[in-house]
Formats: sequence, C-alpha cells, structure tokens
Amino acid sequence: MKIHKYDTVIVGAGGAGMRAAIESTKRSRTAVLTKLYPTRSHTGAAQGGMAAALANVEEDNWEWHTFDTVKGGDYLVDQDAAEILAKEAIDSVLDLEKMGLPFNRTPNGTIDQRRFGGHSRNHGEAPVRRSCYAADRTGHMILQTLYQNCVKHGVEFFNEFYVLDQLITEENGVKKSAGVVAYELATGEIHVFQAKAVIYASGGCGKFFKVTSNAHTLTGDGQAAVYRRGIPLEDMEFFQFHPTGIWRMGILLTEGARGEGGILRNKDGERFMEKYAPVMKDLASRDVVSRSIYTEIREGRGCGPEGDHVYLDLTHLPPEQLDAKLPDITEFARTYLGIEPYTDPIPIQPTAHYAMGGIPTNVEGEVLADNTTVVPGLYAAGEVACVSVHGANRLGTNSLLDINVFGKRAGIAAAEYSQTADFVELPENPAQFVIDQVEQLRSSTGTERVATLRKELQETMDANVMVFRTEQTIKTAVEKIAELRERYRNVAIQDKGKRFNTDLLEAIELGNLLDLAEVMAVSALARKESRGGHYREDYPNRDDVNFMRHTMAYREVGADGTETVRLDYKPVVQTRYQPMERKY
Amino acid sequence: MATPVMDKVEAESAASPYITVTFRVRRFNPEVSAEATWEDFQLEIDPKERVLDGLHKIKWDLDGTLTFRRSCAHGICGSDAMRINGKNRLACKTLIKDINPEKPITVEPIKGLTVLKDLVVDMEPFFQAYRDVMPFLITKDTNEPTRERLQSAEDRERFDDTTKCILCAACTSSCPVFWNDGQYFGPAAIVNAHRFIFDSRDEAGEQRLEILNDKDGVWRCRTTFNCTDACPRGIEVTKAIAEVKKALITRRY
Repeated sequence: MKIHKYDTVIVGAGGAGMRAAIESTKRSRTAVLTKLYPTRSHTGAAQGGMAAALANVEEDNWEWHTFDTVKGGDYLVDQDAAEILAKEAIDSVLDLEKMGLPFNRTPNGTIDQRRFGGHSRNHGEAPVRRSCYAADRTGHMILQTLYQNCVKHGVEFFNEFYVLDQLITEENGVKKSAGVVAYELATGEIHVFQAKAVIYASGGCGKFFKVTSNAHTLTGDGQAAVYRRGIPLEDMEFFQFHPTGIWRMGILLTEGARGEGGILRNKDGERFMEKYAPVMKDLASRDVVSRSIYTEIREGRGCGPEGDHVYLDLTHLPPEQLDAKLPDITEFARTYLGIEPYTDPIPIQPTAHYAMGGIPTNVEGEVLADNTTVVPGLYAAGEVACVSVHGANRLGTNSLLDINVFGKRAGIAAAEYSQTADFVELPENPAQFVIDQVEQLRSSTGTERVATLRKELQETMDANVMVFRTEQTIKTAVEKIAELRERYRNVAIQDKGKRFNTDLLEAIELGNLLDLAEVMAVSALARKESRGGHYREDYPNRDDVNFMRHTMAYREVGADGTETVRLDYKPVVQTRYQPMERKY
Repeated sequence: MATPVMDKVEAESAASPYITVTFRVRRFNPEVSAEATWEDFQLEIDPKERVLDGLHKIKWDLDGTLTFRRSCAHGICGSDAMRINGKNRLACKTLIKDINPEKPITVEPIKGLTVLKDLVVDMEPFFQAYRDVMPFLITKDTNEPTRERLQSAEDRERFDDTTKCILCAACTSSCPVFWNDGQYFGPAAIVNAHRFIFDSRDEAGEQRLEILNDKDGVWRCRTTFNCTDACPRGIEVTKAIAEVKKALITRRY
C-alpha cells in the first residue's frame, strides 16, 4: 500500500473532471485519478452540441434558456442552479473556443448554432438555434480540447487508477472528506490518496440497462463509493432514455439529426410526432419523444417483423448536409447496420442515456450530507452529481454545458478550499475496505458468474424500469435486484492475478451497479406520479402537491447487517417560474 | 414528399443468424509465463456482431483472464485498437462478417509498443510523442478577445480532417519505421501537430515545425500509407504528414 498526499484529488477525467483539473491545477497541487486514459472518457461520445444563448444566428437570451431548462426538467429543476447554468453557458462556450475548440462557423466567422430538442424562442413559441457544435462530434472536440489544455497546464494524471472507496473522518461532530482509496490496474497495488479536497467527476451509471448509449465503463463507481459511506443520492429514479439509439445496439444517433431536419416515422411512414407535440414535433423534449415512440410501438405501428422499432428518416436531406453536419452518425449507420442514410431510413429505438440524479451538491459543487449540510472537502460535478439543473429530464446539449459550468465551479471551489483547509486525519487502516473487497473476490470459491448476474440485472432493468413503469413492474425489479445482490455475495472470478486484472474490476463494477439499481428502483417505487423521465402508467399525471420535491436516498445498515434504502425528500428551489402543464 | 420504403432493412432479421467462428488470440501474461502463445476459442456469434463482442463472449463465458481495453464500443474512445487478421483496427468497429469468418480470426496486440498482458500494451511512449508536439492552441495576444476568435468556414475546414483523431494508436503502431525505431514521433503525433499548424488561430506553427524537423521527425516517414489504411476515423494521415513536410520546405501553412 502506498500513501500519497495532494491538496486536491479529482476522480474521473471526462469533461467535468478535466475542466475542474484545469482550474484546480492552477491553484493547488492536484492529482487526477482516472480508471481510463482521459481521452477514453464518454464525454467523447456526445455528439450534438453545447447550449448557450450566444444569439449568433438569431435572437436569444439566457432567460429563455433558463425557462426551457426548467420546463424541460418538468419543474423539478432547482431554478437558481438553472439560471447559473444558462448565464454561465455563454462564457463557458467562449472559454472552450479560446482553449482551441474547433466549433463550426457561421459565414461571419462566429460560432455556428443549430436547433435542439426543447430549446425554444420566447418560452416555447418555436425552436431556436442555441446549440454550439462541431459537426456531430462536439463531445469528442470538448474532450480533446480539455485534454490538450490539461497537457498545457501540466495536470498530473494517474491513469487506470480505480477509486473504490471514499474516506470520511468525523472531526468535532462534523463529517469531513479525508481522501480516497484507489486500485492501480497495472499492478494491483492499493493506493491511499490523502487530500484536503476531493472532486467526484466519474460520470454515469447507465450500464445497469441493456440497451444503452453508455460505455461499458459507466458503472457508477463514484456514486456507489460515497453512498456506501452514508452520503445520500438524489433523484435516482430519473433516468433519460434518448429517443434515437441504433435499434438493439443502443448506439447514440444525435438529436442534432432531427435538429438538421430529420423526421421520425412509424411503419406507415407517418410523421407521428405531429400528434404528440404539435409545435416542437420531432424536437420535443426527449422524455416526450421516447414515450411517443413506445406508444407507436405498443399500438402496433412499430417497424420490422417484430414491430419493435421506428425510423429516423434523413433521406430528404441533401447528402452534402449529412456529410458536413452529421458525418459520424451516418457512418455508424453504414458500419453497424449496413444502411445508407442518403437513401434509407435508420431503425432506432430509445436507449438508456443519462442519469439526471446523482450525488447531491449545491451550486458550488459542494456535496450535501443531507438536505442542507455540506460535507467539508467533498465536491462533485457532471453526470455523477445532481445540482439539480436537469430535474426530471435533461435537455439535449445541457450536459456538455453542465460539465463545463459546474466542472469549472467545482474545480475553483475545491482548490480554494484546499488552499486554506488543513489535511483531515485518515481513518485507521484507511485501505481496509478495499483490501478486504479485493481479497474476498480474488479468493472466492463461489459459483456465480459476473456476466450472468450483469445480464440478468440489465434484462430486469430494461423490462421493468424503463420508459413505462408501474408499481408491479418496479416491484418485480426490486425483488430481482435483491435476489441478484444476494447471489452476488457468491460471485467468483477466474483471474486471480495482480496485473491488469479486469476480471476483478468488472466484478467490483457489477457490485456498484447492483447498489445503484436498487436505489433507483426503490426511489421509483415511492414516486407515485409521472414527471419527466419517470413515467408511471398507474399514476400518469404529475402531482405537484405530493411530489414537487427531490428524492434523497440513504443507505441504512441494520443491527443485523441488513442493508436497506431509506427515502427522504428535499424541497425544490423555485424562483421565477411557477409550474405549468408541459406541452411541446 | 415521398414516403421512404420501409421494408428494405427488415428482410434478413428473422432467421437465426449464428455461425461458429474461431478466435485465435495472442496471449501473454508474465505472471504466468515469459512466453507469448496463441490460443484458440470457438464461438457462436452473429456475423453482424463486432470482434469486440467476440472478445467479450470469450472473457465473460469462457476465460475471464483474457485481458483487453475497451470502453465506448462504437469507435469513439480509441481504447481497443488491435491487430486483427494482421491489420490494425478497432475491435468495436470491425464486424465479423467483414473479415472472413470462415478462417480463424487472429487477434494480437498492436505492434511497436511493449505488451503488458494479452492485448494490453504500454501506451506511455505513444502519449509522450503526442505531448512533445505541444498539442494545444498557442496564441500571442496580449489581450484575450472578449468574444470568440473569428475563423472563416474555409479556415476551419483546412484542418478538419486531423481534428477527428481519437489517439487510438492504430496508425503509429502500423508504421514500419515506428516498429524499427521507437524514437520516431509516429503518425499520430504528426497528425496532432498538423491539427494546430493549419489552424488559422494558432501562432506556434514555426515551433511545431522545428520539433518535427528533428531527426526523429517527419523526415523518417517513408510514405508506406499503412497509417492511412489503419485509421479507423478515415483520416488521410499520409496526406497530413506530406502537408507538414511541404510546410517545412516552403514555410507556408
């Protein structure tokens, strides 16, 4: 075991982590621990753009953007945070341009902008061009640009270090972050990082679904590490299903395709979104479009022999426009489906895409231990966090924005904290939990296989807590997850070695997914209403009287060692906007 | 507007598509043996699946010790460059049906970088070469502009091809010069230098050209086009290298 000491430790090197690192490295001695090489992070898979009311191509302002974000989140958004997001969007796009990001340009040479779902002129009048983009590889360009700037600023990375535990020490009755424990993939060595400030920026947890746009590595490691140490998780029942994943594979096809004029059609060739969203049509918010697709499928208007998908039709768009604006996604259709998007429609289905919920933070990125109490020295930003700017449903292009605005804020706040704070004493035997976890898995003689359990988890999640949910389906999922958690205690791995033991890490990642799936299902069961990405067929309406509040899920361990999820609730911050019925 | 025909893609999806293939994988684990060996695995697989799906079937169902890197699984993150049937490719972008599944499919680590375990290589020398070309925008303004820098669509287009790089190392590890001499910067580093040399906003082109004028720089390129063939992003790597060579001679870019 090695012990390291840094002022600030950042967990994760995607967009939020690297944006934080650029700020933090200038101000404090910083280490970035990342389970992947930084440029492998899933920020790179984001396609369509980053929202900011630059008004480069038409009238726009940050207040309209704030409203769209609040409405898009079905009023579960904390409005003070949404206002910061929309206001600081403008500078965060300009920051990236100055760092070198190659945005597409207007004829005047300014940053070009395009339409995206749920972004509107003057509070819903018509779609507005607000998404700043670089073809359909905006996330790739952001990830590369941030990495380039990390190289420029000499950010210190620990690549292929898996953070497996959060260290918390109580000082004078206050729980403080003391550091983290990491597992080095190359050697199997365990490292303790003592740090004044820790920022989690480790991304989402979409791998508990089967059809997902998420990378294999998005296993909620950060959320699980803090949850196990008593930090709550907020609004975990809200998960976004992106309308246009490649049929059966789940690979993302950007909403920018519809922003460029693409149309969704059922088996009769009908542009069905006109029925569900007369104004915004194919550019309604993602939860609305995904439900509409499944409604078409359920009512027998799906395509194919099994009627289990619909089409994204780009055939009416000029090939030059597809080549210039959507080169990557058209190539995906050619590579994975053998389809030529110039002439043939692309089979799609909704795909599990984004966790709106996560580790609760305030607008400075400080993590909350309950509804109001900050954990000194602990921060989170990006998909792992819940500020909450996305509420019950995130708008497209607001996540690339979120990682930049709140990554920067968390980086500054954490570094400023570590400039004045003292190190917190490490707990006794700080690495013990990880040592035991690793040793237990390596020596287990159990009979359960990781791949089997993971597959069963993904199947139950897809079947029971996806776009449509009922009390019965969620209960089925809760029971299945409990069974899988029980069986997980008997899991064994084949690779017993120390060097690059990805067999071991996949087992640990599965444990994290199981913990988070339970939180998600239990939170969903208790929310007896429909709001944004959480749709209950048995409670099809939004219920502002009983559920205009954030879910806060805590891990409880009983005297006999049994673990349960305890739910509490937190008020929503409302400033300018009164909840209204949401129509597109 | 005419409604597109909706049945073209559907015809083949009904029947059971599975075939049996052999994966012949290069195994190496110094914890077990100092020697690398070939190991065969038989799999039932849909030929429309990816080589990465095959590797996952091996790891998840047959042999958990098989080790490789992967993340996004659709050609964006650059984790899973490997040598498949003797050619550098991304395992997640290569479909079984496209690489002659009648014969054993060989899978090896990319060449020219130290193998650490099975298909995992030491990427550090590759990233060091990348860092050496100063891969970030350098400007000399004393006052930062308040708004964005302006750039015409044509100037933006000038370096578009090389912005697509995902640092997977497929190009560099396909280059015979790099195999023989690890000191050569390699195609990927030159591609990333090109991305800035030809960016109208950047003002350090001369410095980057001087770095690449080094004895281990662009002049080592023998124009074998392996890099262009290997690039999973379709970047015209050899052309980019040629443009850098030309810029070195003419000092115009």
